[in-house]
Amino acid sequence: MAGGDAVRLYAAVAAGGFRRYATYGTATAAGVFTNTVFGFIVAYTYIALWDERPHLGGYDQAQALTFVWISQSLLAAGALIGGGFQEEMQERIRTGDIAVDLYRPADLQLWWLAADLGRAAFQLLARGVPPTIAGALWFDLALPADPLRWVLFLVSVWLGLVVGFALRYLVGLCAFWLLDGSGVNMMSLLVSMFCSGVLLPLNVFPGAFGEVVRMLPWSSMLQVPIDVLLGEGSGAGGAGAALAFQAAWAVLLLAAGRVLQAAATRKVVVQGG
Amino acid sequence: MEALIRLDGVEKVFDVRKRTGLLRRERRQVRAVDGISFEVPRGEMVGYIGPNGAGKSTTIKMLTGILTPSGGRVRVAGIDPARERTRLAHRIGVVFGQRTTLWWDLPLKDSYALMRRMYRIPQARYAANLERCVELLELEKLLDVPVRQLSLGQRMRGDIAAALLHDPEVLYLDEPTIGLDVVSKAKVRAFLRDMNAESGTTVLLTTHDLQDIEQLCERVMVIDHGRLVYDGPLSGLHSAGGSERTLVVDLERGLPPLDVPGARVVKVEGPRQWLAFPAESSAAPLVAAVAAKYPLLDLSVREPDIEDVIARMYAGGGG
Ligand SMILES: Nc1ncnc2c1ncn2[C@@H]1O[C@H](COP(=O)(O)OP(=O)(O)O)[C@@H](O)[C@H]1O
Ligand SMILES: [Mg+2]
Repeated sequence: MAGGDAVRLYAAVAAGGFRRYATYGTATAAGVFTNTVFGFIVAYTYIALWDERPHLGGYDQAQALTFVWISQSLLAAGALIGGGFQEEMQERIRTGDIAVDLYRPADLQLWWLAADLGRAAFQLLARGVPPTIAGALWFDLALPADPLRWVLFLVSVWLGLVVGFALRYLVGLCAFWLLDGSGVNMMSLLVSMFCSGVLLPLNVFPGAFGEVVRMLPWSSMLQVPIDVLLGEGSGAGGAGAALAFQAAWAVLLLAAGRVLQAAATRKVVVQGG
Repeated sequence: MEALIRLDGVEKVFDVRKRTGLLRRERRQVRAVDGISFEVPRGEMVGYIGPNGAGKSTTIKMLTGILTPSGGRVRVAGIDPARERTRLAHRIGVVFGQRTTLWWDLPLKDSYALMRRMYRIPQARYAANLERCVELLELEKLLDVPVRQLSLGQRMRGDIAAALLHDPEVLYLDEPTIGLDVVSKAKVRAFLRDMNAESGTTVLLTTHDLQDIEQLCERVMVIDHGRLVYDGPLSGLHSAGGSERTLVVDLERGLPPLDVPGARVVKVEGPRQWLAFPAESSAAPLVAAVAAKYPLLDLSVREPDIEDVIARMYAGGGG
């Protein structure tokens, strides 16, 4: 497929992913409400914690609260506590509907990636912006004034979404070999919640354990983008290293997805699923 | 004439592993398609029928390239489907009756816009094809409706349109009328007939609804247990299946089973009797013979039930 045509196709797929979630207005409103309420609950918990241990993990209280609200804003977009395409894809594999996807002249991984990024774009806007505003109005947050920092943050969020997609694509593909994917899904969700920083910022974990967790791909999904926003890791050079870290994981995991996809396709095409 | 679809001794064997105990697994081979050969010339509309599990869908999947044959040779428009699936995809259209290619949560028209991108259909051709499909399949009012809100019949029509926007040379329909109501079935059939007549699209249609075949296809292939048990005109099915017509006679009073040459009584109910005779022979001499010997009040002739014919064929042809 020629480059321009391919770009237009996957752009259309992404636009479809966006519109698809845009049709569920009530669910979105309920999600915004939940994220905001949780934001307040976690924020007051963190205030108590940081009163007790100021500068925990190197964050001051404003930075910790920023972490809380940006986390709430990225939860839905990053499918960090579930959601996204993975279960839908597994269902298509289980029912054999994946056959329909396979005979199309389009790439399976790029198709799902485009659709998922479209979804994420909608959820970033609809479910990300309102909680951030609510948090910023009520609390003293450490949001940067420099627009460049926000641009770097958005690039980092985008890379994090790609890494998150790539991880979930690997998990989703397991459905070709496992009759029931719910065990792997649960494991992957727990790992992702812990290792991305949803439960606690990763920089509060001390020693070698903290070092390892921060090097794993999941940190790309939440911890790294927030640190880029907060300017942790010293200036533009630090942000550059952070983005490179994410990009490296994205490339590696997408490549792993292609290898697994090739094996899965071979299995379907030869064995019939 | 050039054969657009060509199968030579095609086989598909599935390895099925079944868990029989905690650790024990049993391996079994299923010969879903067991040495099938046929050709379909350009422009023909062929019915591919058989009972559940006969191997129809497996054949269609091999013709699209999403399954590799275990043996034999498949060619569609000169292409080996399994090796060049993507190249072939631009030249074929596929509708799986139980699955959909449409985007579930989005309006029907969004799926079509996506088809245009995916198959790189030039704008003018896309517009013309869409207009024609929308008109003939009565999709006008459905274009803005999310696919999940469509009825099964509406969705099926939507899927058929989606498969035709890129002007495929051949259209595979796997059970396109399954689960549809009578009106929807009629619409789908009328559309397929017109499309085949007008644009000469080659059609391979699997079904287990014989009315689909009767109304659409002159040629029918019957598959059972992965083997072709019949390939020929629909009319020939009757003689191949040894089918019989039935003469129903109403007599003045109840009589013992009638004795007339060339027919046998299959049922007696008071003054009414059912006589079976070979489908290809004429009813006239039989009627004359009955009228000459017995007090006949009324009569009617029943055509053979094609379902029975096929059932008999399955019983004979299946291994
Ligand atoms: N992927 C598969 N793995 C194992 N067996 C299969 C698979 N697909 C089909 N079969 C078996 O092959 C046979 C033919 O199936 P199919 O082609 O779907 O029949 P039909 O479409 O005529 O109903 C059936 O016995 C079915 O159980
Ligand atoms: Mg079938």
